[in-house]
Amino acid sequence: MSEGWNVLEVVLRAVAVLAAFLVLPLLVGQTEHKVMAHMQGRLGPMYAGGFHGWAQLVADAVKFIQKEDITPARADRGVFRLAPFVALIPYLVAMAVVPLSPTIVGADVPGSALLVLAATGVGIIGTLMGGWASASKYSMLGAMRAAAQLVSYELPMVLAVASVALAAGTLSMVGIAEAWTPWWLLWQAPGAFVFLVAALAELQRPPFDMPIADSELVFGIFTEYTGLRFAFFLLAEYAGIVLFSLIFSVLWLGGWAGPFEAGLGWLWTILKAYAIAVLMIWLRVSWPRLREDQLQRLAWVWLVPIALLQLAITAVGVVMMR
Amino acid sequence: MTERTQAEQVNPEPVEPVQPVGGEAQPEETRVTAPRPKETAPAPGTKPSGILPGLVKGLAATARTLTRHAHTAEYPDVMPKLPPRTRGVIALTEENCTSCMLCARECPDWCIYIDSHKEELPPTTPGGRARQRNVLDRFAIDFSLCMYCGICVEVCPFDALWWSPEFEYAELDIRELIHEKDRLGAWMATVPPPAALDPASAEPAELVAASKPPRPVRPAAGEDEAAPARVRPARPAPGEGGPPAARPRREARAATPAATPTDTPTDTATPPTAPIPTDPAPTAVLPAADATPSGDAPADAGPADNPPADKDGGA
Repeated sequence: MSEGWNVLEVVLRAVAVLAAFLVLPLLVGQTEHKVMAHMQGRLGPMYAGGFHGWAQLVADAVKFIQKEDITPARADRGVFRLAPFVALIPYLVAMAVVPLSPTIVGADVPGSALLVLAATGVGIIGTLMGGWASASKYSMLGAMRAAAQLVSYELPMVLAVASVALAAGTLSMVGIAEAWTPWWLLWQAPGAFVFLVAALAELQRPPFDMPIADSELVFGIFTEYTGLRFAFFLLAEYAGIVLFSLIFSVLWLGGWAGPFEAGLGWLWTILKAYAIAVLMIWLRVSWPRLREDQLQRLAWVWLVPIALLQLAITAVGVVMMR
Repeated sequence: MTERTQAEQVNPEPVEPVQPVGGEAQPEETRVTAPRPKETAPAPGTKPSGILPGLVKGLAATARTLTRHAHTAEYPDVMPKLPPRTRGVIALTEENCTSCMLCARECPDWCIYIDSHKEELPPTTPGGRARQRNVLDRFAIDFSLCMYCGICVEVCPFDALWWSPEFEYAELDIRELIHEKDRLGAWMATVPPPAALDPASAEPAELVAASKPPRPVRPAAGEDEAAPARVRPARPAPGEGGPPAARPRREARAATPAATPTDTPTDTATPPTAPIPTDPAPTAVLPAADATPSGDAPADAGPADNPPADKDGGA
């Protein structure tokens, strides 16, 4: 009896996570459509769905499904077809452990912060696979750039998360958010900055989109992809935005901390994450793409030292407050 | 990055002192100015002083645009507000067209087609001369050739062609872009009224002429004989009113043959016509024209009758 109940609960949780995984990226995508358009003096989609083009991404999905699924003749077939899923699934796994409130969480695991970082790190494998298997020099160059970028920015990101974990004394995201106080906004500010920049780079979003720099590499690793597989890559990008926004809101903004947090905690988490997502869109619209060497320089000359400094500040703070 | 931009700014500075070495008084000035550019480097405005202001400026620009209305013209849903003088399509007032062909000949790409024929009008009075007028059979503009220069509209002396701001007349077949006169006439409804006159401008000539007080009734011919001397001095005085002043002269002359030998010999023809019209309007010309052929005696005096004859030919 209880075992059957458990299975049902697991299924329900999985379905809920999957639903969030499919809906929230669309929400962010639509926000990007409209916010970017208005920031550029345009209107963005206006027709699909009737009201201000709210169903534009649904229409896009229908279009992607209808498109022919092409695999280049010289491509490594199996790897080529598998790559989008390898890029997408890790974000789904990571999404499962990110809490919206102490109770609303797909799977509350003790080391969720560690698990999230590990899972997001796997996504790059999909990018590398796609770039290698496409049998296209542009895809290959894009994949190499992506790998170099990810290697550079994984370190400051891990250091930044380590800082909050150190401050809270736990690796559980729920635990970190519970330990959060408004004082952290100042105390952990350098780490928050480092994490935000590193997350943008990890997502390969402008101004860190050298791997898909369209003026240099056609479309990087996506060059040879069409139809649904291409859509999966896009979905992975937007799922990544959702995921990193949620992580940022939980770890650095206190997640569900706010008025009526007993009942509306999940809403606070989502609103904070949404603000971060809008910030990411804003940065994308406003700033030009960095050059490859500028990217590396930013990571190693600025972010890593700042993250290490943050770690030291955190350590001092923890010792002082004890 | 900040270091690099600074380095770039520093680099050109050493170059400057090198150049004015040739000048004598220059080096001192450059010495003075050399340290200054470092502080005032952002002043020229060409380069931002560092990485941060530029990035913040970019963020501010997009945020500002976000709060303002989009520039998008939602055309099929919202009609554009076009200025009244927009060159959209050319409209035709068929009644005004005299088939003079000026527009067709001036058209740079020859996209105006005019067919017409002449019609004989019976004389309005018995024994009068039959007159001819042009009847427009076809007036078409090929908008697939038209380059919207507006020369035809400019050149039309009878205000038969007008610009209309309408522009939605695309066709699936290019041959449909030839608008015949009925379609051109239908565009007239869309022609905006002419712009109001400038408040400081002079009153239009038509209005001035219409608002003039009527001319005083002229005294009878018998009395007129006695008063040529009075009429004559009055002529130079008005100055501007040339044509009205010219008319009484002729009558005065008719009354007193000995007045001016230098004048043209109109005297012979005018006596019969003079008493009839007292008005310079074209209606006055027509009776005179009718009168001349009927009174066949002046046929010999044709040269003497030159001015009226020209008017007939012109009309």
